[in-house]
Amino acid sequence: MSTAPLRLVTEEDCGVIISGANQLASIQSEAQLVAVLTSLSGVDAVGAEARVAKLATRSIKKSTKLAAIDLAISMVDLTTLEGADTPGRVTSLCTKAQRPDARDPNVPSVAAVCVYPDLVAHARTVLGSSAVKVAAVATAFPSGRASMKVKLLDVADAVEAGADEIDMVIDRGAFLSGRLGQVFDEIVAVKETCGAAHLKVILETGELVTYDNVRRASWLAMLGGADFIKTSTGKVPVAATTPVALVMLEAVRDFAESSGRLVGVKVAGGIRTSKDAIRYLVLVNETVGSTWLGPDLFRFGASSLLNDLLRQRLKQQRGAYVRADEFSGD
Amino acid sequence: MSESRQDVRKTYKLLINGAFPRSESGRSYEVSSAKGDFLANVAQGSRKDLRDAVSAARAAQPKWWEATAYNRGQVIYRLAEMAESRRAELAEHVGLAEGVKDGAAKSCVARSIDRIVWYAGWADKITQVLGGANPVAGPFFNFSLPTPSGVVAVVAPQESSLEGFVDTVLAPLVVGNTVVALASEKRPTPAVLLGEMSATSDFPAGLLNIVTGFTAELTPTLAAHDDVDGIDFEGVDYEDATQLAVLAAGSIKRVLRPAQGREVSALRRLRAFVDTSTVWHTVGQ
Repeated sequence: MSTAPLRLVTEEDCGVIISGANQLASIQSEAQLVAVLTSLSGVDAVGAEARVAKLATRSIKKSTKLAAIDLAISMVDLTTLEGADTPGRVTSLCTKAQRPDARDPNVPSVAAVCVYPDLVAHARTVLGSSAVKVAAVATAFPSGRASMKVKLLDVADAVEAGADEIDMVIDRGAFLSGRLGQVFDEIVAVKETCGAAHLKVILETGELVTYDNVRRASWLAMLGGADFIKTSTGKVPVAATTPVALVMLEAVRDFAESSGRLVGVKVAGGIRTSKDAIRYLVLVNETVGSTWLGPDLFRFGASSLLNDLLRQRLKQQRGAYVRADEFSGD
Repeated sequence: MSESRQDVRKTYKLLINGAFPRSESGRSYEVSSAKGDFLANVAQGSRKDLRDAVSAARAAQPKWWEATAYNRGQVIYRLAEMAESRRAELAEHVGLAEGVKDGAAKSCVARSIDRIVWYAGWADKITQVLGGANPVAGPFFNFSLPTPSGVVAVVAPQESSLEGFVDTVLAPLVVGNTVVALASEKRPTPAVLLGEMSATSDFPAGLLNIVTGFTAELTPTLAAHDDVDGIDFEGVDYEDATQLAVLAAGSIKRVLRPAQGREVSALRRLRAFVDTSTVWHTVGQ
């Protein structure tokens, strides 16, 4: 059984691609954008679902499992997005992010903490010079229902407070009613406002209805300058699913081949167990290749997932099942 | 209908979280009657089945303990009602599994059902027996109350397929624990039947989980499992229980070891998996 991905893009390959003609470098008009997006082929829904179902059966055991768990921990965006968030809660989240298992210094720190913009400054202070990044959800998260001015202010505010990464939501209403230019302009404007901060664009795939829409929205976001495309806010009933992740990973792969730019993928919402996380890692490796297997290009947006990863890690080491409350809640 | 009707063979499955899954491992094993004839194919549980059973039991435990003692008694009594109408089926299986005559099997089933009723009665009485009001030097009431350990694993007796199973399983249940039971390896069918009856009674999902399989293979997993708060080694040899108790010590479980040659008294079973919590309250207003 061949486990090699169909088309593996490496950074060296991309250098070659960049040197070629690059017609995707800049989108000048809405007509051009629509032309690019409508030229995308449709997604074979049955095929995508069958592919992820097949990959989900792959068995990752023993030392490979341990390595996968550590990798997954290093990819977690430890998230708290509740109305009831307090500075105290963010403090404990940041502490946990830096050293997930207080008893074991070999556990890697997570990639980032993800909070609402008003808590960015506090998270920044707690994290200090730590390698853990601060991500903020901005642009009227989670609905995105605010004027452009408000959205940009929201972003600027978070960046100024010290956010390294901005998770923006697209205007799903505009996307679904075909105002693609508007969505594109918003992403471009937000990207500009971000400055040095990384931009993650949340597609909210649970509201996009079809895989074809997910593919188009992925391309739209990447053309607009997204550094990451992200599945969901976690605030609607349907969050990240593996077929959607497959569609997005394929979009990222195809985009890298045609433009030479590597865009990351963040899956968020509803990923609670190590088993789920490892399935995503398999999917990444088999779709875009091992270049993407790191926190720079793949992330999990989650809160309870981290505890399960730590539990499974301890289970591998101890050889006995671990209590559900072994690690502090967040 | 023609005379040569094909029998519908029953698959004896696990009871986990109120559902009857096959083993996650896909394995099953053959169980013979006491005479050595083929009796049934029974699911051969794996450690992952135990893991699932323990999570189900853990999730069900707080709600079970929050129910009133009266209600817990009613729920357990309902199991006796269910078993009562299927006495013949239970007796047939006890007879085949244990190799006893019809009459003996029937009276074994009758005793077992009476025992369920007896345990049901304990639900709202155990606090009076194990609890107490303690004299203290101050204007306070001081109460000791028995509270459940949490999730209890039971290695059911190997010989007594129904009566012993009822004893070991219901004692921890009635005081507010949830249970993961490992049925007798060679005589599992009466326990599985009782599990089916529990699912059609008022037992909430996860309250009683039953796994069938090889005792020697599965018991260490239960003993070492961190999320199990107590374990009854009734169905394990005395010497093996000593070894297993060492595994259980890793997570400071309560351990009930088989009494050598003697029967463990019902009261000892009832108090084996309770903790005591102490409450202070001021006297008067």
